[in-house]
Amino acid sequence: MALIITEEQKMLKDSASELFTAKAPVSQMRQLRDTQYTPFDQSLWEEMVAMGWTALTVPESYNGLDFGFIGLGQILEEAGKNLSKSPLTSSILLGASALRLSDNEALKIRSFPGVMKGTSQLAFAIQEGKYHQTTSFKTQAVLEGENYIINGSKTIVIDGTTANQLVVVCQLDANINLFIVDANSKGISISKKILMDAGTYADITFKNVKVPAENQLNIKLEGRLLLDHLMAIAYAGISAELLGICKQAFDVTIQYLKERQQFGVVIGTYQSLQHRAAILFSEIELCKSIVLKALQAIDNNDPKALKYAHLAKAKLGKTVKLVTNEAIQLHGGIGVTDDADIGFYLKRARVAQQLFGDYNYHLDQLAKLKGY
Amino acid sequence: METKISISLNDFRTETRAWLEANCPASMREPVKDPFDLFWGGRNSKFISEDQRLWFERMLEKRWVVPYWEAKYGGAGLTPDENNVLTQEMTRLGCRKPLYSFGISMLGPALLKFASEDQKLHYLPQIVEGKIWWCQGYSEPNAGSDLASLQTKAIDKGDHYEITGSKVWTSYADKSDWIFCLVRTDFEATKHNGISFILIDMASNGVSTRPIKLISGKSPFCETFFDGVKVPKENLIGNLNQGWTIAKHLLTHERQMIGGIGETDVKKEVHSIALENLPVNNGLISDSILRNQISDFEMNEEIFDLTIQRVTDEAKTGNNSGALSSFFKFYGTELNISRHELLMAIGGSEALFWGENEKSDGDLARKFCRSKGNSIEGGTSEIQLNIISKLILGLPTK
Repeated sequence: MALIITEEQKMLKDSASELFTAKAPVSQMRQLRDTQYTPFDQSLWEEMVAMGWTALTVPESYNGLDFGFIGLGQILEEAGKNLSKSPLTSSILLGASALRLSDNEALKIRSFPGVMKGTSQLAFAIQEGKYHQTTSFKTQAVLEGENYIINGSKTIVIDGTTANQLVVVCQLDANINLFIVDANSKGISISKKILMDAGTYADITFKNVKVPAENQLNIKLEGRLLLDHLMAIAYAGISAELLGICKQAFDVTIQYLKERQQFGVVIGTYQSLQHRAAILFSEIELCKSIVLKALQAIDNNDPKALKYAHLAKAKLGKTVKLVTNEAIQLHGGIGVTDDADIGFYLKRARVAQQLFGDYNYHLDQLAKLKGY
Repeated sequence: METKISISLNDFRTETRAWLEANCPASMREPVKDPFDLFWGGRNSKFISEDQRLWFERMLEKRWVVPYWEAKYGGAGLTPDENNVLTQEMTRLGCRKPLYSFGISMLGPALLKFASEDQKLHYLPQIVEGKIWWCQGYSEPNAGSDLASLQTKAIDKGDHYEITGSKVWTSYADKSDWIFCLVRTDFEATKHNGISFILIDMASNGVSTRPIKLISGKSPFCETFFDGVKVPKENLIGNLNQGWTIAKHLLTHERQMIGGIGETDVKKEVHSIALENLPVNNGLISDSILRNQISDFEMNEEIFDLTIQRVTDEAKTGNNSGALSSFFKFYGTELNISRHELLMAIGGSEALFWGENEKSDGDLARKFCRSKGNSIEGGTSEIQLNIISKLILGLPTK
């Protein structure tokens, strides 16, 4: 299969670029930050829903568009370029994908309509300590009659304060189970956390939270398997956003090298800076290939999808740090001022590369997958 | 429409596979261990085996030595898609190339683009038939990265040119029959505008060669000297003083070759070599620093291969920049150098063995030394970065 995007996917990418540059550019992100760290602009979200983006990865049998993850990746990349904020990652990339992978038909039929309409927003609660991992979880769900009782705590839940439903990863003995939990359930306490990207995250504790057994996402399906598939989607999707950050931070920096004058010449004439720029260009060329491959592998149900997703998140995690660090340095003094936008790319990069595991984590996973 | 094409391509694949299976001798499907396992052609050519002769002659008769050239030039006129199928099927069966020749990979594309029809009809079929062993005369002792400052001169003597000067890094010059060469034909013009591209018979009076020994040992490289060599005027390719344009075109092909594009041999994975050599604890390589370095290398290696695929696929839709060959040359050679660094680290003190017999001893250490040339030959990494920053990024020159 050719490693290129189709005309239709390109059109979707162009319309995402149009919407984000017009309605949610970096200046809007700055404004949201300066307005008590507002999580996102509701009218933008409604427009995204109207464009059909919340139905993009929902199967046709549930009235979705089933357009695929390459498509969603194009939108995430454009959002990354503009640092546009919306619940697209939390509710669609993560939440809707958890539903898509679920084998609980009744739950899917009940939940998809609200998610596609954007009225029901999902947040994905997985991480418990400082680092991403998927081997074991302390949050427990124990069956009592018709209900599960959940106890435990989760951290760095993206959009955890604004979502009305939570997808919670629990473990009992060796079994992993995922549930959809109403965010207003008794026993849930949510505390808001603003991270360096000015994004809104949540620490959530569950104390004897009652969840109807019918809200379990995995019935016959192994929870571990569902989680692995979901992680491949998460790694690839976040990598697509990181690619957008790399491309834009790079383009802005090249533009600056062509304009900024010192010693009577534009600084882009200096070979030491040209070579650094050319190295960044080369690394980004590699990033483009692996992000597309990882998304394509998901759409094709490629058995190697998880490997490509690890490769993507490892490469993008490493490269986005290099690109945004260099972008600041090549901007010089202006780069470390809050007036310049480039600092926002550094800050968002730092959060997004950490979410769902950094370069070190994924490099380690890749070695383990290959048996060393 | 599309299904029709793919059906006929499928037929072509089936026929090709059957033909190769029937006609490629078993010994011609074994991996190449030494460049001279391949047939290079030339005036003094010898086949190293009966199988090699058979394989070459059958492919020649089938017109598949250079299958994508037009029939009048000795090819079979295969479309790019058909040629891809043939390459894939040859790789699948492990078939060796019937002829290894710089005439195919480097001179041919330049002739096709710049030579007169008479020249094409004269030289291209000779390349296909393996009659001439070609070498390339570009670099000079004082013109390396700054290639355009080359000084080998061609003086107009009316009916011929008289060539004096020297070339360096001419691979296999001591075995070659002819050389394609950059020479200075205008001494007043700016340096890029006074260069011409000319073909010289190495058997001419006044041509001599001297082999170059490298830090890795013996090498195919030579110095080549021209002392008042008479060359007929009809040997000039393209217009007088247009040589730089031809050279740039040709270097793009060379960069892709050195950068590893189109390579079909499968290299053993570094981590497999590591697992055979290093202590392992609970399934993990105990040296965690080396383990990380190997994983990082393999990450880049795999993604680099995907990038070759992506850019090739994009080229088919017309979305491609020629300057990307500089990116591939830069990244591919740096990766190969990293690979040899890792193999040395994995080998420990055993990797240092040099020995006294060049052919059988010190393979790791010699290949490590040889890899140091990768980021220099065909334009240094620094030159490639210059090209990327100017031609792709549009960064200004002073």
